[in-house]
Amino acid sequence: MTTEPVPGEAQPATTADPSGDALRVEHISKRFGAVTALHDVNLHLGQGEVLGLLGDNGAGKSTLIKIICGFQPPSAGRIILEGQEVTLKSVDHARSLGIDTVFQDLALINELTVYHNMFLNRERTRWTLLSNRSMRRTAQKELDRIGVDIPSVDSEVAKLSGGQRQAIAVARAVTSNAKVLLLDEPLAAMGAKEGAMILELVKDLKSQGQVSIIMIMHNYGQALEVCDRINLLQHGEITFDKLAKDTSVQELNDIVIEEYRRALAERQRSA
Amino acid sequence: MSEITERSPQTVSPPGGQPARRNPLGSVFGLLARQREATVFVVAVVLLLYFGIRYNSTFVSQTNLANLLSETAAPIIIIAIGEVFLLICGEIDLSAGFVFTFAPFLMHYLIDFYGVPVVAAIILSLLFGVVVGWVNGFLTVTMGLPSFITTLGTGFILLGLTLTTSHAYPANVPASSVGIGRWIGAAPWSQFIWAIVLTAIFYVVLTRTKWGLHTIATGGNALGSREAGIKTGRIKYGNFMLTSTLGALVGLQNAFYVNTIDPSAGGYQPMFYAVTAAVIGGTAMLGGQGTILGAFLGGIVLATLINGLNVAGISANPLDIVFGLAILLSMIANVRLARLRAAGRN
Repeated sequence: MTTEPVPGEAQPATTADPSGDALRVEHISKRFGAVTALHDVNLHLGQGEVLGLLGDNGAGKSTLIKIICGFQPPSAGRIILEGQEVTLKSVDHARSLGIDTVFQDLALINELTVYHNMFLNRERTRWTLLSNRSMRRTAQKELDRIGVDIPSVDSEVAKLSGGQRQAIAVARAVTSNAKVLLLDEPLAAMGAKEGAMILELVKDLKSQGQVSIIMIMHNYGQALEVCDRINLLQHGEITFDKLAKDTSVQELNDIVIEEYRRALAERQRSA
Repeated sequence: MSEITERSPQTVSPPGGQPARRNPLGSVFGLLARQREATVFVVAVVLLLYFGIRYNSTFVSQTNLANLLSETAAPIIIIAIGEVFLLICGEIDLSAGFVFTFAPFLMHYLIDFYGVPVVAAIILSLLFGVVVGWVNGFLTVTMGLPSFITTLGTGFILLGLTLTTSHAYPANVPASSVGIGRWIGAAPWSQFIWAIVLTAIFYVVLTRTKWGLHTIATGGNALGSREAGIKTGRIKYGNFMLTSTLGALVGLQNAFYVNTIDPSAGGYQPMFYAVTAAVIGGTAMLGGQGTILGAFLGGIVLATLINGLNVAGISANPLDIVFGLAILLSMIANVRLARLRAAGRN
C-alpha cells in the first residue's frame, strides 16, 4: 500500500539541500525548568514524504510540533527548511516560510463561511473591500482539486461534520502554499468513515507531491496505511525510524508493550 | 445568520446546484428565518404603523418624527454601532455614555478657556474619545481585565472628571461653534442623517472588509484567529476606540441639539439603550455574531416606543418593563436559534 519515498522523485530537485529533505530537525532539545521534554531529537522529512510521528502521551510529540511550527523556540538545536537554517519567531513567521500547522482545534471560525475560513487572514481585497466572488471561486476550485467534498463553500463551518472541518483546515493549509504541513492528530475523535476521508485526502496530497507532511497519530494501522515512514518518539527521543513497508503494526505494538512493561516494573520496584 | 453569506452576490452556483426556481412566499419565510434582522424589522414596521395610524396627526408630524429619529433614535443607533463591534469580539463598553458627557465639556474648555479654534476643538474632543478607547483597550487587552470592569472604572472616572471640572453646572455651547454645530447635530435631521450614514459605512465595514471579518473571527474563535495570524488584540483596541469616539460624537451632537452642555446628559442610559438596541437587533453577546442593520432597527424600535408612548399620553413608567422583556425575549430567541443551528450541523 505504501510507496517508498524517492527523494527528488515527486518534485524536481529545486532545493539547495543535497539530501533533498524538505525539513530537517537537528539535535533539538527542549527544557522546561528542570524537566527535559526533548533531548537531542533528530528528524528528517523528504520532499513529498508523509512521516508518521507516533509516541505515548507525554513522549514529547506536542512539544516537538510546537517547536517546528514556530510556537516556541527550542532550547538547543537547528531547524533546516529546504537546506536553509531557519529561526522560527512565531507560528505566523513559520507559516510565511512555508511550514503550516493544522492544530487539533483546527483554528476554524464557526461563524464564517468555508471560503472565508480558507482565506482567513489572507483575504483577497479590492479597494479594501473583500473580493468574495474571487475567494469563493478559488476555494471551490482548490477543494475540488484536492478532492474535498462539502455541500457548499457558502456553508458556515459550524454546519459541517468533524471530518469536513478537518478537511477544510487541511485544504486551507495546502492552498496557503505550505511546503511542510504538520497535522496534529488529524484523526482524533473521528469515526471510520470520516477518518477514511482524511486518509484519502492525505494520500491525494501525497500523489500530487507538492507538500511534505508530518502527521501525529495514535492508530498504528492508520499510520501504516498512509505514511511513507514512521518515527517513534519515546521519553523525548526518536527511538525508531523505519519505512512503513519495513515495519508492521505488530512490531510497533511490541515496542510500546515493552515500554509499558518497563514502566510497570519501575512502579513495582519503587513501591 | 451570517450577513456575509447571505448578502454576497450568488454568482457562482455550487456544482450540481439546483437552478433557482423558488416559491416567492417560501423565500420570504426563508429570509425571515435566516436573517437576524428580520424580526426586529417586522417589529419596527408594526410599531411605526400602529402609532402612525392611531395617533396620525401628532405622531406623523415633521417635528415629532425629527424628534423621534434624530433626538431619540440617532444617539442610540450611533453608540450601538460601536457596541455591536465590541459585542461581536466578545467585549462591552459601559463607559461610552460618559465620553458622551465629557466630550462637549472638553470642547467648551478648549474653545472658551484655551482659545482653541472651533474645528480643532471639535476634532480634539473626538480624539479624546479615541484616547479613552485606547485606555479601555489597554486595560482590557494588555492588562487582561474583563471589559465590563475596565469600562465600569473608566466610566466613573469620566463622570468624576466631568463633575469636577464643571462643578456640576451646565455650560453654554460656545457661540463660535454654533454654525458648525448645525452640521453636527443642531439641525433637526442632522443627527439622523449621521446615524444613517454611519450605519451604512459600518455595515460595509462589518460585512465586506477584513476588519469586520477579523472582528467576527476574534469573537468566534480567539485562539484560532491568533493561530491564523490575526492580531486579535489590535482588533479589540480598534473597536474600543471606535465605540468611545462614537460616544464623543454623540455627546457633541446632543450638546448642539439641545444647545446646552449638561453634566447630567449621557451617562448609563444611552449606553444601555445602545446595548439593548444591539441585542434586540440580533447581536448575541456570545461573540462572533452581530448585525449593524439590526442595531439600527433596534434603535428605531426603542425610540418609537419611547416617543410613541409619550405621544399617546401613556405614562413612561412601565416603558422599562417593556424594554426589559424585549431584551430577554430577543436573547432567548438568539440563544434558541444558536442551539437550533448547532443541532442542524449534521
